[in-house]
Amino acid sequence: MNLLNISGSPHVHSDESTKKIMWRVNLALVPMLLCGIAFFGLNALLISIVSVVCCCLFQWLIEKYLLKVPTTVCDGSAVVTGLLLAFNVPATADMIWLIAIGALVAIGVGKMTFGGLGKNPFNPALVGRVFLLISFPVQMTTWPTVGKWFPMTLDTTSGATPLGIFKESGLSDMPSLMDAFLGHVGGSFGEVSAIAILIGAIYLLCRKVISWHIPVAFIGTAFLFSGILWLCNPEQFLNPVMTIFTGGIMLGACFMATDMVTSPMSKLAQIIFGCGCGLLTIIIRNWGAYPEGVSFAILLMNAVTPLLNRWCKPARFAC
Amino acid sequence: MKTFKMGGVHPEENKISTQAAIEVMPLPKQVAVLMNQHLGAPATPIVAKGDKVKVGQLIAEAQTFMCANIHSPVSGTVNKIDVCKDFVGLPKTAIYIDVEGDEWMEIIDRTPDLKRECNLEPKEIVAKLKEMGIVGLGGATFPAHIKYSIPEGKKAEYLIINAAECEPYLTSDYRVMLEHPEEVCVGASILRKALGVPNAYIGIETNKPDAIKLMTETAKKYEGIVIEPLKVKYPQGAEKQLINAITGRKVPSGKLPIDVGCVVSNLGTAFAVYEAIQKNKPLIENILTVTGKKLPSQHNYQCRIGITYNDIIKHALGELPETTGKVISGGTMMGKAISNLDAPTTKGASSVLVMDEAEARRNPETNCIRCGKCMHACPMGLEPYLFSALVKNNRVEEAKEHNILDCIECGCCYFSCPANKPLTDEIRLGKNKVRAWLAAQKH
Repeated sequence: MNLLNISGSPHVHSDESTKKIMWRVNLALVPMLLCGIAFFGLNALLISIVSVVCCCLFQWLIEKYLLKVPTTVCDGSAVVTGLLLAFNVPATADMIWLIAIGALVAIGVGKMTFGGLGKNPFNPALVGRVFLLISFPVQMTTWPTVGKWFPMTLDTTSGATPLGIFKESGLSDMPSLMDAFLGHVGGSFGEVSAIAILIGAIYLLCRKVISWHIPVAFIGTAFLFSGILWLCNPEQFLNPVMTIFTGGIMLGACFMATDMVTSPMSKLAQIIFGCGCGLLTIIIRNWGAYPEGVSFAILLMNAVTPLLNRWCKPARFAC
Repeated sequence: MKTFKMGGVHPEENKISTQAAIEVMPLPKQVAVLMNQHLGAPATPIVAKGDKVKVGQLIAEAQTFMCANIHSPVSGTVNKIDVCKDFVGLPKTAIYIDVEGDEWMEIIDRTPDLKRECNLEPKEIVAKLKEMGIVGLGGATFPAHIKYSIPEGKKAEYLIINAAECEPYLTSDYRVMLEHPEEVCVGASILRKALGVPNAYIGIETNKPDAIKLMTETAKKYEGIVIEPLKVKYPQGAEKQLINAITGRKVPSGKLPIDVGCVVSNLGTAFAVYEAIQKNKPLIENILTVTGKKLPSQHNYQCRIGITYNDIIKHALGELPETTGKVISGGTMMGKAISNLDAPTTKGASSVLVMDEAEARRNPETNCIRCGKCMHACPMGLEPYLFSALVKNNRVEEAKEHNILDCIECGCCYFSCPANKPLTDEIRLGKNKVRAWLAAQKH
């Protein structure tokens, strides 16, 4: 007879795995990719491909030659980083090569430096994005105009994002709310369509990859805070509905802030984390130098995550 | 429908042996009766080599407080008193008895007649539980006479009979409910009387609707027996969770159920109590489920204690399938993997669960992704991921401060971990380290 296996209990597993979680996230990102391609054409597709390929390649190279550990590219986390990074840049021809630098920083500095998936304190895609924004401010804020659907050309004329328009010239030239909801506005190509983001987010909620706490707290705080400001002075501040449907709040709240690795674990901590993100975003948008503040807000709250994990313990049984 | 409030998981139920009626396992040629089959000190043998014993005869005595009597499960001759490896491979003392015929003690009532009336006083009931060597059959094998001797200053208000059977695969309690509902109710009534509480609550998970129906019907004939349907959620049958589900009370850290006025016994124990008190039959048999997804047949057996796992497998299956990867005593969540199939069964045994090679392998461990699933699955509200890191780095004191000793080892954390981290193993190790550290502090 063959030898028996011995192990401690339990002897069964839910069959949940990191790999499954990551590929579910990738699936949830597909609607945004399709929307990006629909509005910004070939550029969006090429940027996404370059970004994903570079992220996977850099992770593989670092694991094989620097860390000398078995590769974990198949777990799909590098693909998530690649897609999210691509979604956070303007769909211009310049970005097709710049995104490779972003991928190197995201994977190399943002993730592998700390020991790979699970060890990184900051969201790698945001680390890559902020690096690009600071190093290449011109290219990162040159927005393609959105004109017709499915523009299959690499040439783009430069336009502006709703938040940029608002910062420069006030309410007069703002796009309609419907355009902002569908995504027919300027901006990073993954963040423009609120409807695509919501489809992805609902899928993730149903598959229990994310919980509602962070997105609701994030968007809710942003809505409330900007609403208070708007009530104080509707001339100076953007109304709360436009606030949450423009810029990166939707994408950030549903996909970036909910990154398991860099967000806190207990429900209370997640709500505090979401509120902090919302508050910081509105502060940066209204009083900062940049028209958009989601990336910085999430990165700042990422830094607070270990503290939140320490302070907000789960409620113990009978305590 | 009642349930515990915090954490929990829902493993695949796999109750595939529900249709198998309880069969009587034939007598083996020899049994080995271990001297520690219960929580506490081993019993002391009172027979010697060559002695003739009958079924139900006292062969080892409880000489310390935390101990239980042991009776001969067979009739025959004592072959030797020697070291015997138990099913995890630890050496224990055992009395080996060569089986000759099947001669029972005269005092034992072997008729199937139901005996409802019990005229014993509470003290006499407890004394008889001790005499009959009754221990808790839910897994911990806590001596029943100690549990039912309520300490000075404490008062029992609730008696809870655990028939949740929340572990996957196990069906022995279910079969006992279907085949002996009256006996179980009498047993529960006797325990209720011993404690002097108004009601005995029998908690049954709703994946056993026929058992709930039958028990509810039967309970109508008895005073103070309440059937409580429970939500199907693991670990519904864990002591603290079950108390929380049925009474809403919470046993604080480091306290016992009696501190919140509760006493919990397993359904199997209630059945054993009936046989002991009403029929004078000591605890010499148990009901075992023999099951496994890849097995040709599923069984529930009534077996004499002390029969080896190999004897059971030989009778039930002929031999283990070629592809067997693991054999477990108990359920898949908290059962122990058997390393020694030549070991004898003990009072607490509840199943022989055969797992296929593929089911028996764990997936490789990957990095923790801080998803918090372990924390949300933990029915005690602990942080398994944190213990894992603390224990690996030998930070024993901090593990203690984060209440690692509250862990009930239910396995929900490992079960839900997407990184396949052996969290339950690490916590078990951590608890031992903490206990060793606490012992060292005392000296």
